[in-house]
Amino acid sequence: MTGPTRAEYCVIACAEAWRDDGEVLASPMGLIPSIGARLARLTFAPELLLTDGEALLVRPDGTPEGWLPYREHLAWVTGGRRHVMMGASQIDRFGNQNIACIGDWERPRRQLLGVRGAPVNTLNNPTSYWIPRHSRRVFVDRVDMVCGVGYDRAAGARYHRIPRVVSDLGVFDFATPDRSMRLASLHPGVTVEQVKEATGFELTVPDEVPATREPTDEELRLIREVVDPAGARAREVAA
Amino acid sequence: MKDKTMPADEAVARLSSGMTLGIGGWGSRRKPMALVRALLRSGITDLTVVSYGGPDVGMLAAAGRIRKLVTAFVTLDSIPLEPHYRAARERGAFELTEIDEAMFLWGLRAAANRLPFLPVRAGFGSDVMRVNPGLRTVTSPYEDGETFVAVPALRMDAALVHVNRADRSGNGQYLGPDPYFDDLFCAAADTAYVSCERIVDTAELTKQGPPQTLLIRRHTVTGVVEAPNGAHFTSCAPDYGRDEAFQKRYATTPWPEFEAGFLAGDEQTYQRAVREGT
Repeated sequence: MTGPTRAEYCVIACAEAWRDDGEVLASPMGLIPSIGARLARLTFAPELLLTDGEALLVRPDGTPEGWLPYREHLAWVTGGRRHVMMGASQIDRFGNQNIACIGDWERPRRQLLGVRGAPVNTLNNPTSYWIPRHSRRVFVDRVDMVCGVGYDRAAGARYHRIPRVVSDLGVFDFATPDRSMRLASLHPGVTVEQVKEATGFELTVPDEVPATREPTDEELRLIREVVDPAGARAREVAA
Repeated sequence: MKDKTMPADEAVARLSSGMTLGIGGWGSRRKPMALVRALLRSGITDLTVVSYGGPDVGMLAAAGRIRKLVTAFVTLDSIPLEPHYRAARERGAFELTEIDEAMFLWGLRAAANRLPFLPVRAGFGSDVMRVNPGLRTVTSPYEDGETFVAVPALRMDAALVHVNRADRSGNGQYLGPDPYFDDLFCAAADTAYVSCERIVDTAELTKQGPPQTLLIRRHTVTGVVEAPNGAHFTSCAPDYGRDEAFQKRYATTPWPEFEAGFLAGDEQTYQRAVREGT
């Protein structure tokens, strides 16, 4: 078996977001987080619940085990037994996230999706982020529209938590005294300099930065033969 | 039993410019597109549209019919960004009330339950508060003392929804996996127009699916419109999936060209043009 690709390290880093979460709904948005959630479910997080992206709760093989139309999904969010991994068009050093628009909200330069469920997600259940192309355009000093709430704006929000941010370069968390972003691990082959160069704000970098963990042989086999046999992951993050 | 059936154009004739209009479905899923197309044929404009937005919003925005939009997103799902909506928004074509998906749901529930608002743990810390300076808060009267956003009721003049089956008196049935919010839209509006793939006898409804598929109750319904393929090009499971090829064409064709090619005639002309791929 050939060694892990960058996309496969990203899958592992996303899957790890759901470790020890227990019997909660994993809501991955985007391809690599979806592969990660299914991998976690198949290996170290067997209690996780997954959806088919529509209205069904499904086993990893697609067998339905429950009904979850959008209205129930939105209600589930408020119960907190869910860990979502959203995308971000922009994210700042405290984890404020934007998917709504670029430029002035009144008359945006680029209209994007809209706030969607980011405000309710971030106040009710753990919210992680996946960014397939780490750059200064995404990791910005200030987001243009706060959709997902970051640590500096979450005072008094009792259920607010951003466990991790995964990009194609590494894994980030907020384990700092002021809850600003920290480099938690580097994907093998990536340097601290590369990350700093691609980040538009001051990032906390520990003296010793660990590497994102290696997939086990069984995990690699599952990714390649069971979860993503068509290799779609390489379209999101090139090898 | 009152027969509420009517053609799409008659349903739309009962609407007027300046109304607040709710549109059911979600993104590019089970949108009442035949009713939206009828709306586009009419001169009705200056609308406040309330929608989990898809091509309904894209088309009405492109045609300049929206004065104000209330939404949490506009998307074509398989094509994440709705190009005609984007273009209209980027030229400042209408006013936007942007709220969270859950705030939208509780606003619908408040309206359906005749409440002025419902408390929601969402919005604080986000720019939803900045762009909606009219949003008020409410503090729990119990020991916890937590403060919530008081989402105002999303009351509407009329709702447009599309379902799989309905009877002539307005009992509407969905046969796919997700009801979306269509019953709430009907209950939150003063009038509601339900289009369906097929009108059937009442006795036929429970032969088509179990009782819990009877989503929309007739007391909330003003008019029933039979519109086969009426959600096209959005999905209407299990009757048909999304017409991805046509959606792509919609998304990549300049609006005036799309309008001239597909929306210049009536619904039959549209459906024929879709079949012939012209």
